[in-house]
Amino acid sequence: MFTLLNTLLCVNCCLAIPGKIVSIDDNIARVDVAGVIRTASLQLVDDARIGDYALLHAGFAIQLLDEEEALETLKLMEESTHYLAFMGVYG
Amino acid sequence: MKYFDEYRDAAIAEKILANIRATSKREMRLMEVCGTHTVAIFRSGIRGILPENISLLSGPGCPVCVTSNEDIDKALYIARQKDVILTTFGDMIKVPGSNSSLEKERARGADIRVVYSALDALDIARRHPQRRVVLLGIGFETTSPTIASTILSADKERIENFFVLVSHKLIPPAMKVLLDAEDVGIDAFLCPGHVSAIIGSRPYKFIPRDYGVPCVIAGFEPLDILQSIFMAVQQIERKEREGLKPDRAEIEYRRAVRPEGNTTALKTLYEVFEVCDVRWRGLGMVLQSGLRLRERYRQFDAEAVFDVKVSPSGEPKGCLCGEILRGAKLPTDCKLFGTRCTPEEPVGPCMVSSEGTCAAYFKYGG
Repeated sequence: MFTLLNTLLCVNCCLAIPGKIVSIDDNIARVDVAGVIRTASLQLVDDARIGDYALLHAGFAIQLLDEEEALETLKLMEESTHYLAFMGVYG
Repeated sequence: MKYFDEYRDAAIAEKILANIRATSKREMRLMEVCGTHTVAIFRSGIRGILPENISLLSGPGCPVCVTSNEDIDKALYIARQKDVILTTFGDMIKVPGSNSSLEKERARGADIRVVYSALDALDIARRHPQRRVVLLGIGFETTSPTIASTILSADKERIENFFVLVSHKLIPPAMKVLLDAEDVGIDAFLCPGHVSAIIGSRPYKFIPRDYGVPCVIAGFEPLDILQSIFMAVQQIERKEREGLKPDRAEIEYRRAVRPEGNTTALKTLYEVFEVCDVRWRGLGMVLQSGLRLRERYRQFDAEAVFDVKVSPSGEPKGCLCGEILRGAKLPTDCKLFGTRCTPEEPVGPCMVSSEGTCAAYFKYGG
């Protein structure tokens, strides 16, 4: 929740928060961010669809999140120990 | 919450930390460029659990902190004009200029309003056609496209009472200044994830290519930061042990950052703005690091419209914000830190901004 509150106070900086697009009307999306609906302009992204996850910053969607990459990143993190053993770094 | 909670798993964090400990053999100084990273690193407790040979330096990626006194004085000058509604993002409200702040001017009767989005400022302009509405345009590449888009909307609707006091800056040129300075040894950069969502990885390429310094574009969740540190450590070790020089910025934050960035946002940004030389608090003049409105959109330029005149201004006496922003000194090196300069009564901007290095050190303990 702290991050959500912070988003309201400090917009200059890098804070952006992921949310799920639940509706789109005239290039404005309603986005579910942890149960709270925020509106966001879609002027800065292309081909946004309902169900997509978007990064919200200062009233705009600044990027659509890539689910495949998200899963790939998590997989990489989970397999972390395997990587090291493979590279023979231990010992 | 999806794209959030998964990146906070403690068990995976332990694994990545073990990898970092096993891989990093030498002293290394990593700079997290972005103020949001500084805070995230403190809040997640990562600072305390990294092996001792790894130091984390905070960089100048706090747009509030690097805004010069002159730019704040310009905003104050405009705020004092009779028919003006000055709109600003929240963090600028308390920042001291030469002898006042937006908060103080508001107390004296200026109409100063905090907005969450540039679109809110434009909306205020629509609802108050008799007033001149000025948005204080501060922020890096994450924010400036949103101002550009708003200006395009204002232009399309022919709104004539909306203006922007442009103070936007670009991150990669500032990183070059830090590398050229040579008094702050940086072994790798953690690059700002959301700036990079906009600009991609290519603008950082000159750093590994010309300076041999690894760059990792990092997300903001604890696992993102740890994984990014691990990636940086690996690059440093590969360079030292095998002579394998990095040739591009690596992207850890791949769910949000593509190598080409967000081309629509970049197109919008450079439709409205062009690059220019600007002064950063702490870094001085940085070439090609700022934005100004293109000729076509000059009617929105508050500085021109209000014929703003302010005198040049230096740093408050004893304030080390400049050196702290470059990573040359720590907040604890500053005599004012925690004594004369606190979040309630800040002397310099590093203490005011919620993303400022001094504010972070004060709140979480350096």
